[in-house]
Amino acid sequence: MTKKKETIINVALIAGLLVILYIMEQLMNPTDMIFTVLKKGAIYALVAVSMNLLNGFTGLFSLGQAGFMLLGAYTYGILTIPTEQRESVYQYFDGGIVQFAVPVAIGILAAGVVAAIFAYLIGLPVLRLKSDYLAIATLGFAEIIRAVFQWDKLGPLTNGSNLLRSYPTFKSVLFPFIVSGICIAVIVMLINSTYGRAFKAIRDDEIAAEAMGINLAHHKRIAFTVSSFFAGISGALLAMYQTTIQASMFKSAMTYEILLIVVIGGIGSVTGSCISSFLFITCSEWILRFLDNDTYIGDFHVPLLRSGFRKVVFSIIIMIIVLFFRQGIMGTKEFSVAGIRNFFVRKSNKEKGRKLQ
Amino acid sequence: MEWFNQNLPYFLAGISVGGQYALIAIGYTMVYGILRLINFAHGDIFMVAGLIMVYLSASLPIYISIPIMIVATVIIGFLIERVAYKPLRQAPRMSIMISAIGVSYLLQNLALYITGGLAQQYPAIPWISDTIEIFGSVTKRVTVITPILTIVLVFALVFLIKKTKIGMAMRAASKDFETSQLMGIKINSVISMTFIIGSFLAAVASLLYFSNYTGVVPTSGAMPGLKAFVAAVFGGIGSIPGAVIGAFIIGICENIIKGMGMTTFSDAFTFALLIVILIAKPTGLFGEKVTDKV
Repeated sequence: MTKKKETIINVALIAGLLVILYIMEQLMNPTDMIFTVLKKGAIYALVAVSMNLLNGFTGLFSLGQAGFMLLGAYTYGILTIPTEQRESVYQYFDGGIVQFAVPVAIGILAAGVVAAIFAYLIGLPVLRLKSDYLAIATLGFAEIIRAVFQWDKLGPLTNGSNLLRSYPTFKSVLFPFIVSGICIAVIVMLINSTYGRAFKAIRDDEIAAEAMGINLAHHKRIAFTVSSFFAGISGALLAMYQTTIQASMFKSAMTYEILLIVVIGGIGSVTGSCISSFLFITCSEWILRFLDNDTYIGDFHVPLLRSGFRKVVFSIIIMIIVLFFRQGIMGTKEFSVAGIRNFFVRKSNKEKGRKLQ
Repeated sequence: MEWFNQNLPYFLAGISVGGQYALIAIGYTMVYGILRLINFAHGDIFMVAGLIMVYLSASLPIYISIPIMIVATVIIGFLIERVAYKPLRQAPRMSIMISAIGVSYLLQNLALYITGGLAQQYPAIPWISDTIEIFGSVTKRVTVITPILTIVLVFALVFLIKKTKIGMAMRAASKDFETSQLMGIKINSVISMTFIIGSFLAAVASLLYFSNYTGVVPTSGAMPGLKAFVAAVFGGIGSIPGAVIGAFIIGICENIIKGMGMTTFSDAFTFALLIVILIAKPTGLFGEKVTDKV
């Protein structure tokens, strides 16, 4: 299959998916659980892919994702709250200091840019650190950002530890899909470019990469900044999805969840991250929900099932994956039409071979 | 003198918290010294120890529940190593770190399930929870006991590491993992011993810490854990005296910042310190100089 043909098939598939989503939305009840899953899944897919760009493709073990999402969410919220609503949102801070509102698209873009600027500045000192030290330092930065955003003195800007709300949100499930889709496409293009190859070289062997003339500091900074840019955008999307923003939401537990999504999908596989984020959200929001409810079968009270049990089962599943299926769903492979075709062709060839014998 | 009297309570609280961080930090530093692993679950072991104590003391007298709590914590620490870290010994370092994060996630969710998300009241332990007065500032007796107990335990630990056979094995393993195996050291038992000591100290620390801050919630291990880790890095990872000194410095600074009315930044300070240390002197105060082999 030629490359051109493959691109056409991929585009057709994506268009088909969007059409199906659109039809589903017209026909089904908009409060159906499936839409929650799809919306949140699309947002998590973006942040998981952005984390994968860093952890899987560049080999930088960073745990700052929640911090950058927080930056994105706040930037979006602060910039897009309509001016007439500001008085009520910033009720303790005299309407806040930002007295203008920008359109949604610019707000989302600004969310990414602010996260990227912070990432660039943080990256200057931090990216000199290696593996686990980098992890702790980025985790620390995320915590610092969270503490600063809840600070009273910044209240006119961030509303202190109160909620940000009343900013424009989305209703259609298509919106997060399209935005995430464009962002993921950009990340994939980056990975397939010379930069992407340099990232992989750095991941595999820093010293060899440096010897081949790759500027380590420069490329690490690019990976970190780009990844944070998209984390910021996904933060904005998450803010839109949840309709309120509070700094206490973006704890390190969130980063851990995203990391686990990346691990389940396969470190170093974009499609793996996407698939696993939908799986993760489906399980945690929908399928495993029954574990949280007290259940009676006849008069028999099913033991263990009560609030919180879902997360326990979930973490056990995750531990099993981490311990025994370290490759995750996709390993470092990518899901593609050509791959599936080859799989079947090879299988039928094998059968032909067997017949000939 | 005026300033001294005003800041004395914060200073005392700082020393006390510092001692508790020190006990946790030793667990981090010993594990890192041997396995080169940041045991993200260590802070959660500390939290679990607190919860075990809450549940035990509900039905048993304090004097019995304390030893049971310590033994149970040690067993949990030992099991975590055997189940979650041992199978990954040959795996890349990133996998074992992810496993540690997974364990931490599991312990927190388990605690959330068992407690139902409600803060559990830590039992008041007679004698050490009594209030006393030092230089005119009222505090709990645990504030005074913590640094003393910490120092006693640290001396005992240093003795164990310097003078006993298992201690020698630990030092050898942290110097060179592979070679020590070739020299006939049973590496698995050394690692288990490290986790046992770490969990024991975490259990003691939880006893002291929660006597001061009485509410135990599933996430109450995360912050002390991270701060203790920072202390371990600050003092030079792998060095026990370094971890202790680092912990005391962090504890005191943090409480003085709180005393100045900037509570928001007391956590931020710790991480800022970490980043400064990592950039200025990555080996910490007392760490050994490591040269990367090409």
